[in-house]
Amino acid sequence: MAYSEKVIDHYENPRNVGAMDKDDSGVGTGMVGAPACGDVMRLQIKVNEQGIIEDAKFKTYGCGSAIASSSLVTEWVKGKTLDEAMTIKNSHIAEELELPPVKIHCSVLAEDAIKAAVEDYRSKQGAGHSHAEVAAAQVAH
Amino acid sequence: MNQPQIIDLESKKPLLIDPDRPIYLDYQATTPVDPQVLEQMLPYLTHDFGNAASRSHAYGWTAEKAVEKARQQVADALHADPREIVWTSGATEATNLALKGAAHFYSGKGKHIITLRTEHKATLDTCRQLEREGFEVTYLEVQEDGLLDLKAFEAAIRPDTIIASVLFVNNEIGVIQPMEEIGRILRTHKVLFHVDAVQALGKIPVDVEAIQADMMSVSGHKIYGPKGIGALYVRRKPRVRVEAQVHGGGHERGMRSGTLPTHQIVGMGAAAELAVQLMDADAQRIGKLRDRLLKGIQDRVEETYINGSMEHRVPHNLNISFAFVEGESLIMALKEIAVSSGSACTSASLEPSYVLRALGKSDELAHSSIRFGIGRFTTEAEIDATIELIAGKVGKLRELSPLWEMHLEGIDLNSIQWAAH
Ligand SMILES: Cc1ncc(COP(=O)(O)O)c(C=O)c1O
Repeated sequence: MAYSEKVIDHYENPRNVGAMDKDDSGVGTGMVGAPACGDVMRLQIKVNEQGIIEDAKFKTYGCGSAIASSSLVTEWVKGKTLDEAMTIKNSHIAEELELPPVKIHCSVLAEDAIKAAVEDYRSKQGAGHSHAEVAAAQVAH
Repeated sequence: MNQPQIIDLESKKPLLIDPDRPIYLDYQATTPVDPQVLEQMLPYLTHDFGNAASRSHAYGWTAEKAVEKARQQVADALHADPREIVWTSGATEATNLALKGAAHFYSGKGKHIITLRTEHKATLDTCRQLEREGFEVTYLEVQEDGLLDLKAFEAAIRPDTIIASVLFVNNEIGVIQPMEEIGRILRTHKVLFHVDAVQALGKIPVDVEAIQADMMSVSGHKIYGPKGIGALYVRRKPRVRVEAQVHGGGHERGMRSGTLPTHQIVGMGAAAELAVQLMDADAQRIGKLRDRLLKGIQDRVEETYINGSMEHRVPHNLNISFAFVEGESLIMALKEIAVSSGSACTSASLEPSYVLRALGKSDELAHSSIRFGIGRFTTEAEIDATIELIAGKVGKLRELSPLWEMHLEGIDLNSIQWAAH
């Protein structure tokens, strides 16, 4: 399998690897995928009082493209509001990393990880965001 | 003990030790031609280029003599008679000829064939084709260690069973089947016995009499001979018949037509002879390297799982799964060593190894397996560098792996409801 230079770069120098306290109310955690399918991504975001994602961390079990997709996403969500982060689409990720068709699922998973992390953060915050809104975001892909 | 080396005939420099190339640990996929073998092949490409089928002049006689010498060398390596050796383009063709040829010839006696789920594709795909032609094939399960259960094997034999095909040494996990017992059972039940001995020849003693094989496939490029040449042993006493699959000038007593590639045949003969000569010394040296590799990995890396029996296994093979890292990323991380993985990541299918699945391994462990094939030219320095690389890269990937983190926290991954996607 030939990888793009960007995938190799993220794979060899993954950005923002690590873990945050998942019980912290300011942290949203999204874990998507399954070991049997060959990829599990965990994306965590730290959201400040202004509703801005000020930090992001990931850990991924998966192929080079899965690692690169999640590494890229941690860079992209930082500094964004939750709503802005929710606009990141798998097609943007696939395009940026020049993923071949067989690896598109990695970018889909990365998009799902953002949604799951945001959803987790919002559900912890409780008020202000209905479940319907989250569900709508989930069916969007 | 002297380290065997591949030396370039012209420059006299070692050819395989090259810092710009990955360390070659894929000797079960193929081997380089031994320089001693190459030297014997070369004259037959130029000076002695005759066609072994030309009966009327010296060019043909020279080629024929070389072909017959090689036939004797391969026969000796298998403890067979030279008249029982049929040249083919490789073991894939030999296996096609054996299974299709015998199935077609004996179809009047029955239409049932037995083989194992862990066979090489050359056998499995030939059996699939025979199924399409109306034959019935039983693909037997193996035990967790890769070995055949002899009782289940015998129980699978039916009155209409005509052939059983068993892989002597498995190409992925190096496991050695109990061939003598299998041969005895099949002879009792008057079932023809085809053996894929591709990975056995040159590694362990191969004797068609001891195991009572009726047909046996071997290949040149797994024994430091050239690619594109192989042979099928076909027993004469009691006589076994195979229908030709390739028709033409009636070469090889009508069983396989086509002009014989003299240089390839000479290479296969020389390689077979050398493989038997060097077998004990190679196995001893390689066994030490394998043990060093295994110990090195186990000392440095936790949560590794050996695939296949260690007891009934050739020393040239080690197959290990690394838990909590994904197979494709592992292969990507190990680009400085040339190994095979149980994850068919080069194809779009993402199918894990069917051999490891047959041992009952999970998809994850099958995907994250690495086959180390150690060979005649492997050095201790290469093994030590490999241990270093494996320890470093597996460690790095585990740092990245949420599953490893959960494992360290004592979370049972099977207790989690993973969303299928
Ligand atoms: C066990 C086994 N059988 C058969 C084959 C096929 O041999 P060849 O490459 O000579 O067709 C191989 C090699 O891939 C093998 O390892």
